[in-house]
Amino acid sequence: MSIHTSTATTAPKRLTSDAMSASLAREDQRVTAAPLGHALVELAQEDDRIIGLSADLAKYTDLHVFRDAMPDRFYQIGMAEQALVGSAAGLALEGFVPFVSTYSVFATRRAYDFLCLDIAEAGLNVNMVCALPGLTTGYGPSHQATEDLAILRGMPDLTIVDPCDAVDIEQAVPQLAAHDGPTYTRILRGKVPRVLDEYDYSFELGKAKLVRDGADVLLVSTGLMTERALEAARALEADRIDVAVLHVPTLKPLDEDTILRELGKDRLVMTCENHTVIGGLFDAVAHTLVRNGSGRQVTPVGLPDEFLDAGALPTLSDRYGVSTGKLVERIRAMHGAAHR
Amino acid sequence: MKTEDSTRATGERIPAETTVTGQKRLERIREAAFNIRSNALIQAEVQGQGYIGQALDIADVLAVLYADQLALRPDDPEWEGRDRCLLSIGHYALALYAALAEAKVLPAEELDTYASDDSRLPMSAMASYTPGVEISGGSLGHGLTIANGIAMGLKRRDNPAFVYNILSDGELNEGSTWEAAAVAGHHQLDNLIAIVDFNDQQADGKSSGVLGMEPVDQKFETFGWIARRVDGHDLPALLTALEELRAEEAGKPRCLVVDTKLGKGVEFLENREKLHFMRVAPDEWAKAHQQLKESYEA
Ligand SMILES: Cc1ncc(C[n+]2csc(CCOP(=O)(O)OP(=O)(O)O)c2C)c(N)n1
Ligand SMILES: [Mg+2]
Repeated sequence: MSIHTSTATTAPKRLTSDAMSASLAREDQRVTAAPLGHALVELAQEDDRIIGLSADLAKYTDLHVFRDAMPDRFYQIGMAEQALVGSAAGLALEGFVPFVSTYSVFATRRAYDFLCLDIAEAGLNVNMVCALPGLTTGYGPSHQATEDLAILRGMPDLTIVDPCDAVDIEQAVPQLAAHDGPTYTRILRGKVPRVLDEYDYSFELGKAKLVRDGADVLLVSTGLMTERALEAARALEADRIDVAVLHVPTLKPLDEDTILRELGKDRLVMTCENHTVIGGLFDAVAHTLVRNGSGRQVTPVGLPDEFLDAGALPTLSDRYGVSTGKLVERIRAMHGAAHR
Repeated sequence: MKTEDSTRATGERIPAETTVTGQKRLERIREAAFNIRSNALIQAEVQGQGYIGQALDIADVLAVLYADQLALRPDDPEWEGRDRCLLSIGHYALALYAALAEAKVLPAEELDTYASDDSRLPMSAMASYTPGVEISGGSLGHGLTIANGIAMGLKRRDNPAFVYNILSDGELNEGSTWEAAAVAGHHQLDNLIAIVDFNDQQADGKSSGVLGMEPVDQKFETFGWIARRVDGHDLPALLTALEELRAEEAGKPRCLVVDTKLGKGVEFLENREKLHFMRVAPDEWAKAHQQLKESYEA
């Protein structure tokens, strides 16, 4: 048992871990409140197969919006994630289309067996919508789903989605329901930024999209890292570094054609993901390249292969190199080294 | 009921100055409970909002444990002979830090680093960060399973220490808790004491509304345990229950269900809307300390 070293001080106020209910959005951002909850209510008004379930986390996954709008279509399972996922399987067997919420850590670590065998193997249309992906809480390893994509990419037939923003989430919800098979989506909750509607973009399940073109560097990004990639690209205009951003919201199945096409151009390439560098986007892209005979170098930006510290999110995002500022520094250094 | 030195074979605590209901001993525990609540308020103010409701509700139980019942050495938190007290509810961390400070395992000056960057006192209690914290909680429903293994290990090594697990009513929802309950009953882990904080609160609302688990004490009994249920703010009742549970027949694990009140000891928090995350405005902390003092002196 190693005790973290620290010196106790009563010195100036330090940043603290956010309360578990905090949103990620900055004050100056355009946001939508609870995009998952509202999109699900809209969908359920058209489609009476939609059912919501949560495991004592409706309020913290935005499913409370659905619960309050359609109480008779919602099941509170209690804090019992295995029973949650098993119940969803049963409902799907009876022809319903469940949307199931908990935190990503509990869906993947605790309920994996139920998701794998009762839902994926059975090929059921159950949609897991899970909050706190990667580093979106400073609470520590118990709540930081830093390896959920690595856990799930090996599960046959599971569609995996990592949305960037409220636009992605709103557009994904009806497509997840329409997809006749199991899905897992990493949800952003509370006040969620709107980013992608500033671009010529729409979410299409299974498709990667070039959100912004650029001649020098290609950022292949997923989830909330696409927002930071776009911010970094904008910041680097001042350095005359022309940065393209390819957003890959669906990690499985991977849009290999688009990835190979964009990586075929002569640019420096970096992957950006809110996940450990093991088993997520970087691995998926590298796998695609190698299988297709490409020896192209790709630099991974993601979380380290460690249990992360507890602390304030801005501190931790900088510490682990996934903040916009650190991303800008990494791109600048990579570009500088290539042009020395 | 033990009337004299209630220290068990290995223990070093509890001088034989009084009986269980003796005023002196109770006064000391009452004072510890007040200090634990004050310590919790100091920490909660750093974060601004959070788990203060829970810390205030479990303070009396922690006072009975850390000021009286547990065998521990403040300057040697890993002492072999200590009673192991496992907090599976990581979010109750500030309550545990408050008790560890009261027991002099942690320096009180450190409390205002709670949940701050590079602090040894993270928002969710983890063994890798803090002396005196036995396990990393936070993912709920683990504590009782680990407690079983510790109970088995202590027995194998002829160590007469007890293992305690403080769990929440929400954790009763988890299948793993009942798997562990069955294992403890089957393997006759009579050196295990589970304390269930029934504060009737979970993340999505009142526990009874989220998922009914009553009758909790009887459920444990049907799993082969000896169970008691007391008012979690009645110090003599808590003391008596723990002492009697330890003295019970061999061969059965023991469970104490405590009914508690979120925000206990601070009047305006006791009466505020009950939430998993209690909101406290920046200008309310002074009032909280004041009301705590008033309820202590009353
Ligand atoms: C396995 C697991 N599922 C879900 C959560 C999220 N969560 C944190 S606290 C909590 C409420 C659990 O009930 P309880 O501990 O009784 O809550 P409290 O009395 O503190 O309000 C939930 C669902 C968790 N930490 N672990
Ligand atoms: Mg509770």
